[in-house]
Amino acid sequence: MNLVTVSGPPSSGKTSVILKTLAALDKRSVKPAVVKFDCLYTDDDLLYEKAGIPVKKGLSGSLCPDHYFVSNIEAVVDWGLDSEYDLLISESAGLCNRCSPYIKGIKAVCVIDNLSGINTPKKIGPMLKTADIIVITKGDIVSQAEREVFASRVQAVNPRAVILNVNGLTGQGCYELSTLLYDEGNHITSLKGMELRFSMPSALCSYCLGEKRIGESYQMGNVRKIDLKESVSNDT
Amino acid sequence: MIHRPLGLLLEEHPYVDTFLKENNIPVEGNQERSINDIIGGMSAETAEEFAFEIESLEQNLNLFITQMKEFLNEGADEVSSITIYPGTDKSGAPEGFDRLELKTGQIISIVGPTGSGKSRLLADIEWVAQKDTPTNRTIFVNDDIPESKWRFSISDKLVAQLSQNMNFVMDLSVEEFVRLHAESRMLEDIDTVVTHIIEKGNDLAGEKFQPDTPITSLSGGQSRALMIADTAVLSRSPVILIDEIENAGIDRKRALDLLLSEDKIVLMATHDPVLALLGDKRLVIQNGGIAKVIETTEEERSILVELEVLDARTNHLRNLLRNGERLHENR
Ligand SMILES: Nc1nc2c(ncn2[C@@H]2O[C@H](COP(=O)(O)OP(=O)(O)OP(=O)(O)O)[C@@H](O)[C@H]2O)c(=O)[nH]1
Ligand SMILES: Nc1ncnc2c1ncn2[C@@H]1O[C@H](COP(=O)(O)OP(=O)(O)O)[C@@H](O)[C@H]1O
Ligand SMILES: [Mg+2]
Ligand SMILES: [Mg+2]
Ligand SMILES: [Zn+2]
Ligand SMILES: [Zn+2]
Repeated sequence: MNLVTVSGPPSSGKTSVILKTLAALDKRSVKPAVVKFDCLYTDDDLLYEKAGIPVKKGLSGSLCPDHYFVSNIEAVVDWGLDSEYDLLISESAGLCNRCSPYIKGIKAVCVIDNLSGINTPKKIGPMLKTADIIVITKGDIVSQAEREVFASRVQAVNPRAVILNVNGLTGQGCYELSTLLYDEGNHITSLKGMELRFSMPSALCSYCLGEKRIGESYQMGNVRKIDLKESVSNDT
Repeated sequence: MIHRPLGLLLEEHPYVDTFLKENNIPVEGNQERSINDIIGGMSAETAEEFAFEIESLEQNLNLFITQMKEFLNEGADEVSSITIYPGTDKSGAPEGFDRLELKTGQIISIVGPTGSGKSRLLADIEWVAQKDTPTNRTIFVNDDIPESKWRFSISDKLVAQLSQNMNFVMDLSVEEFVRLHAESRMLEDIDTVVTHIIEKGNDLAGEKFQPDTPITSLSGGQSRALMIADTAVLSRSPVILIDEIENAGIDRKRALDLLLSEDKIVLMATHDPVLALLGDKRLVIQNGGIAKVIETTEEERSILVELEVLDARTNHLRNLLRNGERLHENR
């Protein structure tokens, strides 16, 4: 079985691209399955079901979805192996802009869209920086010039990645993407001994774990304080 | 590279500026320090927050410099032809031609019913298909097996595409926008280029716009005009694809002239008879395959003139209606 991790900001077009890409792989008789990781809510499982693709969903609730991903991906992979799928795709909503669900040796795809603004590439962090394939969507609603500017910024952040423009609505580019996703020679039999590409931020604070009360004595874990003495400029 | 002071590094490779900015490495006040010094001097927290990793930064920087050097060293006009070798139509039957060569300076129209495969043909060219698309076509560049850069390079794409849906989304003025684009293309004389593009755009647009007009407030026709001028001048891609572009509000013939003058191959999928006849030849798509290749005849060109007169009349009437006037025959 091939495993591919797909990540990207909310609503960037991950599900649309995955659905169209799997449709292209259908002709090559590749048996796919999807697992969707999200925080509180997702309807994506219904979309996959409608397309006849086996799907599991995991909601992380109050945890960072990527932390939740790491603690669960092994079990999901075992499910995929037991069910004898050829290609298991994990879709995770990249919500924290700092974590990323990519694993060394496992193909990593980041989906971002042209509408998110030209400063987005530098804000996204490892989710973009360490991806193997970067899919840029929604090129249909911007100009050629905007597409070029956006892509050149993406390239500056991650010059190693293959960058593809894909239309999540019409599927233009999805056939091409499908040829890069599935690789007969890249099957895995377990995630044992594998590692994340990038560490996730260290500890969590008490509020991540459900604390509601305000005040010094309730603050535990990784707590940082705002500096109100100097005028702070975050414009690094 | 990561041990060289930023001042020196930027002097040798000015484009590294983009790299530093996009990777959140502060340049200001750091001329004397190297990337290594800067990252090394950061608190563990900041380094973790921005996910800095010195080894991957070093690799990426070297790769970025190589890519930019390649981009800057290569001539723009190295593509002189695109060749299409036949594949199969939707029923799997082979296409009925041996070889189809498209040369720079040519306009090729692509006609056929909706769903027949016009966009697929354009996509085959963009992906420089090697029997690895649903049509099984093969595309050659300069009569040879294409280099992989035509598929994967971001700065050197084979194809520039004028979108069907032409909106701008950035919050910038016309001038700022064109400048941003010119900068991303690493041009030398940006001011001249910017002025040139705005001038050409105004030539094509029915109504004039100013350099300080916000791009989001341009009319449909003005946006298309600016986009075409911008693509014609700034895009280095030797092939321009136009997929069913709406055409109201611009001078189509001049738009094509402008695009062609920069030594390109223009391919357009269209249902518009004027555009279809403006092509040197038209490819007829049926059931996913190229069914016919028709050269535009002299007779058709004279019909084109007729169509253009009709077209001018329609535009004239449209403007009268828009301005709240009554219509009269023969006026
Ligand atoms: N115009 C346009 N719309 C797109 C494109 N790709 C996706 N969309 C639309 O964008 C919206 C979000 O797409 P999804 O595929 O649900 O995005 P997602 O990343 O899976 O979203 P989450 O899983 O909720 O984070 C949908 O309405 C899509 O139809 C594209 O290339 N062009
Ligand atoms: N030769 C072919 N073999 C198989 N499928 C094809 C072929 N040509 C086109 N198609 C498919 O037919 C559909 C419609 O084609 P498209 O290019 O979008 O049509 P048009 O742009 O003319 O409306 C697409 O899904 C495309 O991939
Ligand atoms: Mg989704
Ligand atoms: Mg089409
Ligand atoms: Zn996180
Ligand atoms: Zn917290």
